[in-house]
Amino acid sequence: MSAPAKPRRLTLRILRSTPGAHVEPQWQDFAIEEAEGMTLFIALNEVRQNLDPSLQFDFVCRAGICGSCGMLIDGRPGLACRTLTKDLGSTITLAPLPVFELIGDLSVNTGKWMRGTAERLETWIHSQQAPALTAMEAPMEPELAEAIYELDRCIECGCCVAGCGTLRMREDFVGAVGLNKIARFRLDPRDARSDEDFYDLIGDDSGVFGCMSLLGCHDVCPKGLPLQTQIAFLRRKMAVVGFK
Amino acid sequence: MRIVYTDVLVVGGGLAGLRAAVGARRRGLEVIILSLVPPKRSHSAAAQGGMQASLGNTARGAGDNEDVHFEDTVRGSDWGCDQEVARLFAHTAPQAVRELAAWGVPWNRVKAGEREVVVDGRRVSLAERPEAHGLIAARDFGGTKKWRTCFVSDGTGHAMLYAVSDQAVAESIPVHERCEAIALIHDAGRCHGAIVRNLVTGELSAYIARATCIATGGFGRIYRVTSNAVINEGIGAAIALETGVAELGNMEAVQFHPTTIVPAGILVTEGCRGDGGLLRDAAGHRFMPDYEPEKKELASRDVVSRRMEEHIRAGHGVKGRFGEHLWLDITLLGKAHIDGRLREVKEICQHFLGIDPARDLIPVRPAQHYSMGGIRTDASGQSTRLAGLFACGEAACWDLHGFNRLGGNSVAETVVAGMIVGETMADFVESSAGDLQVSTALVREFLEWEQARIDTLLHGDGSENATALMARMQSIMTDKVGIFRRGDLLESAVEELQQLLVRSRSIGIATRRPGANPELVPASRVQKMLTLALCVAYGALQRTESRGAHYREDHPRRNDADWLKRTLARWPDAGDTLPTLAYEPLDVTRMELPPGWRGYGAKDAIEHPATEARAAEIAAIRAAFGHADRYILQQALMPFEQLVPEPFRGRNERLGDTP
Ligand SMILES: Cc1cc2nc3c(=O)[nH]c(=O)nc-3n(C[C@H](O)[C@H](O)[C@H](O)COP(=O)(O)OP(=O)(O)OC[C@H]3O[C@@H](n4cnc5c(N)ncnc54)[C@H](O)[C@@H]3O)c2cc1C
Ligand code: SF4
Ligand code: SF4
Ligand code: FES
Repeated sequence: MSAPAKPRRLTLRILRSTPGAHVEPQWQDFAIEEAEGMTLFIALNEVRQNLDPSLQFDFVCRAGICGSCGMLIDGRPGLACRTLTKDLGSTITLAPLPVFELIGDLSVNTGKWMRGTAERLETWIHSQQAPALTAMEAPMEPELAEAIYELDRCIECGCCVAGCGTLRMREDFVGAVGLNKIARFRLDPRDARSDEDFYDLIGDDSGVFGCMSLLGCHDVCPKGLPLQTQIAFLRRKMAVVGFK
Repeated sequence: MRIVYTDVLVVGGGLAGLRAAVGARRRGLEVIILSLVPPKRSHSAAAQGGMQASLGNTARGAGDNEDVHFEDTVRGSDWGCDQEVARLFAHTAPQAVRELAAWGVPWNRVKAGEREVVVDGRRVSLAERPEAHGLIAARDFGGTKKWRTCFVSDGTGHAMLYAVSDQAVAESIPVHERCEAIALIHDAGRCHGAIVRNLVTGELSAYIARATCIATGGFGRIYRVTSNAVINEGIGAAIALETGVAELGNMEAVQFHPTTIVPAGILVTEGCRGDGGLLRDAAGHRFMPDYEPEKKELASRDVVSRRMEEHIRAGHGVKGRFGEHLWLDITLLGKAHIDGRLREVKEICQHFLGIDPARDLIPVRPAQHYSMGGIRTDASGQSTRLAGLFACGEAACWDLHGFNRLGGNSVAETVVAGMIVGETMADFVESSAGDLQVSTALVREFLEWEQARIDTLLHGDGSENATALMARMQSIMTDKVGIFRRGDLLESAVEELQQLLVRSRSIGIATRRPGANPELVPASRVQKMLTLALCVAYGALQRTESRGAHYREDHPRRNDADWLKRTLARWPDAGDTLPTLAYEPLDVTRMELPPGWRGYGAKDAIEHPATEARAAEIAAIRAAFGHADRYILQQALMPFEQLVPEPFRGRNERLGDTP
């Protein structure tokens, strides 16, 4: 890595808005100097610190782990904290994720949406009996545990939701995040629910049959979850239940 | 005046708070959780490497049990921990892992048969037992005798947090997100709940509770260079301190993690070294064996971090654009291993450094990582001085970790302490001690006081800049209250922090609108953070010895004769600029493991006068109980079962137990 001769001037073009303030959202430009290894986390904090202390955005882990900082970066959903400015042009547009309730500027209420999804899809292990804590754990095939983790890696960032065509038309669509969760619990032998139970949750147009397979979700998932194959698989399984 | 009533108020939606909430809810109580962020975004999600529990399923874990886990933890703590708590913890941790397994955590599992692993820089073959096939696996971590760290790739904290958070949803526990507890309501030694600011609307409300639990995590952000999330500002501990009643324990005990990437400070897990990764210097030399011939890269964190800084000081650091660093080498683990078990590490290297850790070395340097100190509680998790206030997780000083916590013991602590505090709070609420006895006048007084504080920030004529004060505090802490500490540096740190604290009392802000005003956030927090910073710096200045992570260059030896005691900090008067310190001795005559050498690090401790007699007594008990089973022997050495809540009693089953 060799340093550029002169640091670039960057323009962050940010969609500003305050819900309830009865003013239209507006684009506002902020000029900053690029630094070595600069991420959008660093850049936005610099704006807030030096140019506009009222700018709203959300970061927690700043390491691409917690899913707080999803936003539209040059129109595409992504995690701001792990986006390096050097990979972008000198004018960077930033806008809040659509679909979610807007809190202000780049901050949206993904938490509320995800809690709603968890309640609706009952994203927890349904089991008959409480575990005997001092007893040996039930064994599980190592490969199965790994396969479950593969789907468990979702960080509820909402990027797939923001990238989904169906969700822009149907508010009640569960999104790729929701379908992936069903796939995760379906795979888990500790969950006693049957395909019929899952069908009740997602066997209609607000669930797996609402998906148009345009795969906006798959391409933007920052964790690289296998959304495409999971959704297709789930659709086949649910179709079987539907025919019964 | 908006008042919310509940049986139990849990401040914090990380692993500790969530587990405590689920426990209390399952006892039939009404519970509300507050969190700055959606609970699944809490910093528990960032724990990568794993959770310690002595299941003993793997070949290198065979023979593990509570006794070994207990001893590792006490040695790790440099004898600073509460040994009864360490026992209670080691006993409950296997149950916590198994409960989480039942709740869906996809723990990595043992695969029977031969496999290749890297140990001490060499590839060796291990044979896993057929009867262990499918049971919960474990990896090696620093400062442990056995492979005991249960893991889910390197996303352990994430998987745990999601499972526990989903249990909270299953129990219909409401989480009031984007809400910040900004003060505790209390009088006459009793806590009645908290004043809470909604970070979206700016509105203040009072939450009145029979039991209040603080589970707000660590306070790493008082340092400039830290692995902690940006929300780890320690406000929970600070508001407890602000009561003037509750005590904070061992605030000077701050852990620095050996491997955070340079310059971002993002952590790469100890699992890298546990799985066989090495530390190298500018010349590519593996230097840890020169300093620590026995444990090498896998000595405890305080020791490894110190050795790394020592090695840099000796001129062996790699000079880079962001100062000096060393290398973490995991190339020898191979691509398949990294893709499977160190994938977060791989992603972090890719996104933040633009390198592939299967081929390239990772630039690392130690950074602030963990707060051993926090709200001082008894073994049941209740504040030692403020009734009705409980604490668990990193925010607490339950005192499992003493002066250094072992990797993997923290997420284990969060869940175990949550299990225990959930029960304790339920017991408390069901008893007459838990009756509500708060007047609305008192609540109004607290609300008005807090509203006035915010109004002063919004409309007052203060001129100090909060972010500037914050930045200065963080620099002082990193530069002067870091890995190597010295009397003169600490003195100047304390002096300047006091000045900053005084200045923080006249902060002004530019955005004068209420509601979601991001400028109000640092403005209202920096003063609280400064009180914590002062507890750390002043406690470190007073402690003229070295113990665990607290290392004084001018007092390099551990001094059990004078300092085998816990620092307790209180802030009795809001106008004070220093905490009031007191000390709580650790009783050698009751220790199951009397002070000695840790098995790594320096060997020059100044002995406590009672150590020898206690060691002799223990030898005698061991001789007398020579043929008894280990449970009976343990009971004779230091009984702790009275501390275990009813649902968690009984013996943990293991492979090969003889019934
Ligand atoms: C990068 C990293 C990696 C780690 N890896 C490991 C590991 O591998 N193994 C291990 O054992 N430990 C590890 N640790 C340590 C461990 O993750 C933490 O100590 C532990 O998760 C803390 O959990 P907690 O529940 O106490 O707090 P947190 O998870 O930090 O949760 C705190 C909660 O409190 C809320 N909160 C804070 N202040 C307020 C307030 N004023 N009002 C309302 N809510 C508030 C927050 O919103 C959050 O929900 C790691 C730590 C870091 C930083
Ligand atoms: S594939 Fe389905 S879930 Fe994914 S973006 Fe398209 S419609 Fe949405
Ligand atoms: S599936 Fe991927 S994009 Fe969607 S919420 Fe989960 S991590 Fe984000
Ligand atoms: S801040 Fe956590 S993912 Fe970006």
